[in-house]
Amino acid sequence: MNGYTTVIGLEVHVQLGTASKLFSPAPVAALGDPNTRVHYVDLGLPGALPRPNRRAIELATRAALALDSEVQLRSEFARKHYFYPDLPKGYQISQFDKPLALGGAVPCGPNKTCRLHRLHVEEDAGKLTHTSIGTLVDLNRAGVALVEIVSEPDMRRPDEARAFLHHLRDVMRFAGVSDCDLELGSMRCDANISLMPDGSEAFGKKVELKNLNSIKMVERALEYEERRQTAILAAGGTIISETRGWHDELGESRSQRSKEQAPDYRYLPDPDLPPLMLTEAFVAQQRQQIGELPEQRRARFHAQYGLAEHDVRSLAQDRKVGDWFECVVTAGADSKLACNWLIEDLLPALRDRGLHLAQSPVTPDQLAAVIALVQNKTLTQRTSRQVLQHLLDHDVTPNEAVDELRLGRIADEAQLQPLIDAAMQEFPQAVKTFLAGKEKALDALKGHVMKATRGRADHEVLDRMLRAIIASA
Amino acid sequence: MTRDHGTSVRSIATSIQNGDRRAVDVLDEQLDRIATVDPRLGAFCETFTERARDQAAKIDRRREAGEDLGALAGVPIATKDNLLVQGEIITAGSRILSSFEAPFTAASVARIEQRGAVLLGRTNMDEFGMGSTTETSSHQQTRNPYGDDLVPGGSSGGSAAAVAADLCPLAIGSDTGGSIRQPAALCGVTGLKPTYGRVPRYGLIAYASSLDCVGAIARTADDLAVWLDCVSGPHKGDATSIAALPPTRSTLADRADLRGVRIGVPRELNGPGIDEQILARTEEAIAQLREIGAEVHEATLPSVTHAVPAYYLIATSEAASNLARYDGVHYGWRGDPASKTQAAMTTQTRSSGFGEEVQLRILLGTFATSIGFNAKFYEKAQLARRAVQHDFDRAFADCDVLVCPTSPTAAPRFGESADDPLERYLWDALTVPASLAGLPALSTPCGQTDDGRPVGLQVIAPRGHDDRTLMVAHVLQRHTDHHLRRPQL
Repeated sequence: MNGYTTVIGLEVHVQLGTASKLFSPAPVAALGDPNTRVHYVDLGLPGALPRPNRRAIELATRAALALDSEVQLRSEFARKHYFYPDLPKGYQISQFDKPLALGGAVPCGPNKTCRLHRLHVEEDAGKLTHTSIGTLVDLNRAGVALVEIVSEPDMRRPDEARAFLHHLRDVMRFAGVSDCDLELGSMRCDANISLMPDGSEAFGKKVELKNLNSIKMVERALEYEERRQTAILAAGGTIISETRGWHDELGESRSQRSKEQAPDYRYLPDPDLPPLMLTEAFVAQQRQQIGELPEQRRARFHAQYGLAEHDVRSLAQDRKVGDWFECVVTAGADSKLACNWLIEDLLPALRDRGLHLAQSPVTPDQLAAVIALVQNKTLTQRTSRQVLQHLLDHDVTPNEAVDELRLGRIADEAQLQPLIDAAMQEFPQAVKTFLAGKEKALDALKGHVMKATRGRADHEVLDRMLRAIIASA
Repeated sequence: MTRDHGTSVRSIATSIQNGDRRAVDVLDEQLDRIATVDPRLGAFCETFTERARDQAAKIDRRREAGEDLGALAGVPIATKDNLLVQGEIITAGSRILSSFEAPFTAASVARIEQRGAVLLGRTNMDEFGMGSTTETSSHQQTRNPYGDDLVPGGSSGGSAAAVAADLCPLAIGSDTGGSIRQPAALCGVTGLKPTYGRVPRYGLIAYASSLDCVGAIARTADDLAVWLDCVSGPHKGDATSIAALPPTRSTLADRADLRGVRIGVPRELNGPGIDEQILARTEEAIAQLREIGAEVHEATLPSVTHAVPAYYLIATSEAASNLARYDGVHYGWRGDPASKTQAAMTTQTRSSGFGEEVQLRILLGTFATSIGFNAKFYEKAQLARRAVQHDFDRAFADCDVLVCPTSPTAAPRFGESADDPLERYLWDALTVPASLAGLPALSTPCGQTDDGRPVGLQVIAPRGHDDRTLMVAHVLQRHTDHHLRRPQL
């Protein structure tokens, strides 16, 4: 922009969905009172030693495979040293020059992919809370298993970073690696951004952006930083290599610390942990466990269900939504109708009630039954939505809901006859106009009957009766 | 052999299992002796008197109930001050842990407890195992039972002195570069550093993780074999622990001579820099081994000249990392509470909580692993370590065990060890090669100097063949009585 090319790279931490921590048997839980999810290992007590969590290695391997990153059969854990109260051992166990996986790619636009540099496994640090009485340390998070995914600096626009993160999140969720919730911190992103004159090959000084708590924030912060750096460069200034924190409420980033002097972490192969040796069979097993990824599912839904691009995208974004959709179809519903009902009715209704799809009171079988009730004309489009709402709030079957709401279609001529009579008395003019050849005039009469039956009158029966009565009058 | 009656691990356990003696009586005898002798000796930091009485009484009750008591039934065993015992203070000889109470018991200690051992107390040591005289302990001086003015060696000086003075039949120690073998030699007792990973490290306060081994000191190799069989085997808390190996004691039982055993004498560890009297005792021991059937020939370990620098680079690099946790934030000693910032508090804690030798080694290790120096020092040391390992592999192609002196000198007097740390570190030249290679190595008494100071012979075997070191020492002990000598106390 304005003669400068933006260069963006991301470092994403993804929390692995393990029940216990990377090197200790302490449970992983988002909730819990401070310092209740800790083991001697997490406290860094003298004599405590790390014990690798097999499940974490499985999920990290899946993450690498799902991102086309090349899994290394021999990798190594290393200690990264720094003194900080959230780091009880005085070092973080991570991976340094021998990471779990190298390379890989993530789409970052319609026809563009961003290469990955590496993926490695590491433990999380604790959490500090600064208060007026001092700094409080909570070690519940200390030792939780993470993978760090480092991209190459291939992105050129903030929206590419957004697309990268959306794709990465979808893939991680599909592969069962993580729930990737940025708000809850199970996915965390730092962004590196630099500007260089258009046509240049040498990257400019980079700034690292932190405190990015949603994908939107990542994009906003990058846009801001792009503007800020452009302004500095345009004014003849120079960029300082630094870490800046994003303040979303202010819409600006602020300098945290200079990066001109890199800290010396004194990486050391961890002597408490033998090299991580994986077998080909283990990797193959993990590959099998991944199952279908979003890209593959989109292609299949398109081919198998003949759904439009837009529908396929909505269904394939979240593994659970796609799985749920397929259950509705299996229960006998038409695929297009199932898709519409799920995306346009059920999901918004659940959101209103603060529920996830997994917590839906309506089962796929029930939704298929509602769709069938519309198709066999028991329900109209309008009444079927009332049934759905009723099902969400009451523990009943679709048929019971229809009865309770007295929503069954009225096709009984004896029931409709007095209503039609009343309508004709109310709108004599309409009868005349119709007899004069204006088809439209019939609608006023129908509308009156529909209103009286709250939309339950069977349209075809009503139409036939009206015409017969007028003709014989 | 008569003087040994009733004081070995095996004889105590047997007498208690048979009901000839009560565990509480055995314990009281030991506590009485400690009360009489230890005020002068300083081997124990503390006895676990109440805990030990409870354990002994429980053993006696179980014996009355006819239960199986285990191989260490009622045997009072001391543990080094760097092995965690739940509910007891543990300090690793350091002020920085001066009031730290262990919340769990070390795996190797839990295993001896399960086999009936009575935990007697914790023994003095060099701070975090960093020393060869036990003088760097922040608590007290430990004297060598063979002379009030002599150091006991170290870092497991308290454990060696305790066994030598008959304060317990067996004491647990740890050996990073010789910390069991050297004090065992200097105090005239038998000490075993097992194969790296054979005894789990979980609950051992780390000095240098890739070298640290839990081992033991006793009067005889036979007792050490009983102990090793109780504590060997993998443990889920130690990722570096190795797969189970067959028990060792059965290989010792009927062995009367060393026929068919090939013994190598590495020339690099049997000559330069070693005291004349030590060399003389070693030669006598080798002659004895030959006499009882062993086939003895010269061996060579050309790379061991690099062993001491490699050892100190690796040990200090790992130590600087392992000791980073003592920052005053979460537990242990905290320096000046008036510190304005956390960084100042941590600096103050570490400067006042660690002794001089520990600070020196942390600085060396930090330097050796810093950007720009890592490749020059730490990585090169790893190459040297592999060269030493290869030398041993080649040597063991022609022999079953290697022998050499354990220490280049007998016990020096207090304050006599060199001021120059580099000179001091050369004192470990004979023990660090086996540590770097992760090999089992043992020291067994082989006589004394003219002035009566004990001398030890080191026996080194290939990885996993701890039984060979025990077997050679056991047979030697059947034909000699150096291990039965007692100090005048």
